[in-house]
Amino acid sequence: MKTDNKTQTSKLDPYAGERLKRSHFHPRQAELNLRDAWSSWNGYKFADYYYDEEYEYFCIRNSCATYDICPMQKYRISGADAHFMLNRMVTRDLNKLKEDRVTYVCWCTDQGRLIDDGTIFKLGSESFMLTCGSPSLAWLRKSALGFERLEITDLSDDLAALSFQGPTTCEVLKKMGLEGIQNLKPFNIMYFDIGGSSHKPLMVSRTGFTGDLGYELWIAPQLALTLWDELYAAGDDYGIQPYGEAATNMARLEAGFIMPGMEFNEALKTVNYQYDQTPFELNLDWLVDFNKPHFNGRSALLEERDRGPKYRLVKLDIAGNKPADESALYADQKCSVEIGYVTSAMWSPVVKANIALAMIDSDYIDGSIWAEIYYGKELRHHSKVVRCVLQNAPFWAPDRARLTPPPAF
Amino acid sequence: MQHYDNIIIGAGHNGLVCAAYLAKKGQSVLVLEASDTLGGLAATREFYPGYKVGVAHSLSHFSAQIVSDLNLTAHGYIPGAPMPTIGLDLEGKHVVVTRDGLRGVSKKDLDSYIDYRQLLERFAGMLSPFWLKTMPRIGSKKFADLTTFAQLGLKLRLLGKRDMGEFMRVATLPARDLMDENFDSDLLKAVLSWDGLIGSKMAPRSPNATVLAMLYRMSGEHHGASSIPKDGIESLINALHLVLVNAGGQVRCNAPVTKINVKGDSTGLRATGVELADGEILHARRVISSADPKRTFLQLLGAEHLEIEFTNRINRLRCDGYVAKLHLALDGLAHFSGIDIPDGRMIVAPHMDSIEFAFDDAKYGGSPAQPVMEIVLPSINDSSMAPDGKHVLSAHVMYVPYSLKGGWTAEAKANLQDLTIDTIAQYSPNLRDRIVHAEFLTPEDIESSHHVTGGHWHHTELSMDQMLMMRPTYQAAQYATPIPGLFLCGAGSHPGGGLMGGPGHNAARHVLAAGKGL
Ligand SMILES: Cc1cc2nc3c(=O)[nH]c(=O)nc-3n(C[C@H](O)[C@H](O)[C@H](O)COP(=O)(O)OP(=O)(O)OC[C@H]3O[C@@H](n4cnc5c(N)ncnc54)[C@H](O)[C@@H]3O)c2cc1C
Repeated sequence: MKTDNKTQTSKLDPYAGERLKRSHFHPRQAELNLRDAWSSWNGYKFADYYYDEEYEYFCIRNSCATYDICPMQKYRISGADAHFMLNRMVTRDLNKLKEDRVTYVCWCTDQGRLIDDGTIFKLGSESFMLTCGSPSLAWLRKSALGFERLEITDLSDDLAALSFQGPTTCEVLKKMGLEGIQNLKPFNIMYFDIGGSSHKPLMVSRTGFTGDLGYELWIAPQLALTLWDELYAAGDDYGIQPYGEAATNMARLEAGFIMPGMEFNEALKTVNYQYDQTPFELNLDWLVDFNKPHFNGRSALLEERDRGPKYRLVKLDIAGNKPADESALYADQKCSVEIGYVTSAMWSPVVKANIALAMIDSDYIDGSIWAEIYYGKELRHHSKVVRCVLQNAPFWAPDRARLTPPPAF
Repeated sequence: MQHYDNIIIGAGHNGLVCAAYLAKKGQSVLVLEASDTLGGLAATREFYPGYKVGVAHSLSHFSAQIVSDLNLTAHGYIPGAPMPTIGLDLEGKHVVVTRDGLRGVSKKDLDSYIDYRQLLERFAGMLSPFWLKTMPRIGSKKFADLTTFAQLGLKLRLLGKRDMGEFMRVATLPARDLMDENFDSDLLKAVLSWDGLIGSKMAPRSPNATVLAMLYRMSGEHHGASSIPKDGIESLINALHLVLVNAGGQVRCNAPVTKINVKGDSTGLRATGVELADGEILHARRVISSADPKRTFLQLLGAEHLEIEFTNRINRLRCDGYVAKLHLALDGLAHFSGIDIPDGRMIVAPHMDSIEFAFDDAKYGGSPAQPVMEIVLPSINDSSMAPDGKHVLSAHVMYVPYSLKGGWTAEAKANLQDLTIDTIAQYSPNLRDRIVHAEFLTPEDIESSHHVTGGHWHHTELSMDQMLMMRPTYQAAQYATPIPGLFLCGAGSHPGGGLMGGPGHNAARHVLAAGKGL
């Protein structure tokens, strides 16, 4: 008798359609998720941490660690109009983007409110890959209206991707046999063979979300576990370790990278008027290229540039060691003039400082800034008001993140 | 290299009106028309040797102010007398509607009509200043915008409390409710509702802008009654052309624009001129398009130069036309039972449900089983339309969908043409014997022959979401567009379509005012 696999599973599991999807690396990651600390991202079962978030964070900063980016959204945009469609959508000038290069971009509504940020990979003269945190197909389709020679493919489920971050990553990849990887410059792309292949199915970009030396590895799903096994074999001596959302969040905050739901509210999901943000408010001025004659939101952003943004995302060095999570900010110690709010905060082990990202009313940016911090101590609630110092340089930007070749270990 | 102040795309009446105003102000103007004739949807052309007709067959609200500003009567345009509107009845008990009276109805309906007319004329009078005005920009705090708002408020107040309330009540009422409140005669109700519906995707039961559309048509000198100029609509188009040429303007036919050129640098984008089908490039300080908004933005300009949500709004403009044309060349006068000379505007729609049912068919992509229509014989008023003793019949057939389920095959078209002729023949028994030639144009045909998206009467639906300061959509509703140097002046702009001239007039004024800053 012939059995239909699909119907049988759904008979066995009445909730089959509701369950979280398994990442292409799931078999290995599940084994290493000692704490069963699962949450989800874009419908995928996704680790908050595997063993201990602090430990994983220290792996990123001191050795090497992997982060599953299969759930990240990935789109292939190809065809003769691909460049024109994307260049009109994002605020940066893609004419400056060369083949086999990656660039960090953001895109806005007509009103210049930030929809999302992400990266664009230029894979060929008429072929691009856009990656971003949230599903964006609807916006891409809207943006594609009027461009006929164009194809948009959602690769999210069909491309396995692993972020590999930390000071020893180059060393490990070399050991894995990726010849010449040490010559890969930040934001460049190279292709390699793996598992005896000869058509270079592994794409490596020197990119990441930790502010450290690191790479992102892209491969077809059927080779995902081969990649994992070869990488973990090579990284064994270097204490390679998977890390989850918690450690990512620490590393990216030190690097000053913004997160949706923290620093910004995606404009297309924002209900209240101007509860979303603009690139200027988020300090992404450098992504907005007014030399480009047109891009979505340009005229609104031009107006904002001339008027000056209402808020500014700032980096704060905060007195004491209590993280200023969700603190309100004031212009005075008495907390009578509220001027903003903390978006992300932590005690940074590498910087050895109490750091935060915060949104501040631009009018008060040059004055004194005080944070009212709430913290608990053995079931008792406490609060204190402490001084914050505006920080201009990045909290964490090690040379190795930029050097080519990176320092050897 | 010639560098014009203004290039105008399209020599429909709005393009010509706009061009004439600009030329009279000393601006250099070049009008580029895709087809070989002037007039756009109002162009008069020979559809059979010796027989002429236009898609638009009569005037109902051409602006008297434009006639006087441009002195059109000194250039060969002689307005026609208002024609009665005749609701055709199979037994010959026709209803005849004129501005101040009715024939063929009860005393009660007649009395109601007098009150009804007076009320509508007060409303029309209140709205009349706004058709030739730029609508305020939403959210604008500019003085001019605020005064327009204030004026509208004041005009409403001046109506008096009772009329004001009544205006607010009826403005968006379904035509059917308005008719049922006032009249008993089914035929009368159908005929009076007609003017609020023609050209739109709405029927008597549709709440929306049908009463406003009626009031819009009442803005002209005959208060909404149709008329045919003494020498035909052609004489109006020719007069506009003459005024333009006398003022130094130029017009080129057979010059289809394929592209609106823009220049982009660090100061942004700017329209610089146009490219023609043969590759010729023409330069101008401003490009003013009377082509419909969808065509202007999506085909001629290109999404690449526009904002994403704006592009999608333009794409969603409702442009599907629902009016088809039947043109008949007749070798003698067609007689209509019970009518001496068929020199009025005749309407075939026995009751409001006939209109509604035809609409029901069309809204699901069907061809109407019983078409409703408006008929005129323009050759009676203007003898140049047909050889001596011969005649032309022109019918606007309502609720013929632009996209027919299964497509407009030759068979589908022939069937509807036959059905339409049969329908008219019920009122005009000798019609079939008189026909020398018949032409049937679906909205799809009109789209390709007249370069109007969807073949739509108003270029895009004249409905609440697409009128006044929302016409065609915000950010393009004040004749200016998001692209500096590119303006709109066609029926897709406020106040809308029909042979009226408002969009052309208003656009010219806007361009001149904006030009002071250029
Ligand atoms: C079936 C039908 C019947 C109608 N009957 C009447 C009526 O009886 N009475 C009435 O008052 N109104 C009537 N109307 C409405 C009226 O005809 C139109 O609203 C009006 O003519 C629009 O004028 P316009 O100048 O804005 O545009 P149009 O008359 O459409 O003129 C636009 C011009 O632009 C040209 N053009 C477009 N694209 C290009 C290009 N790329 N390059 C160069 N040129 C281009 C076109 O060829 C056209 O000549 C009717 C409409 C329809 C569809």
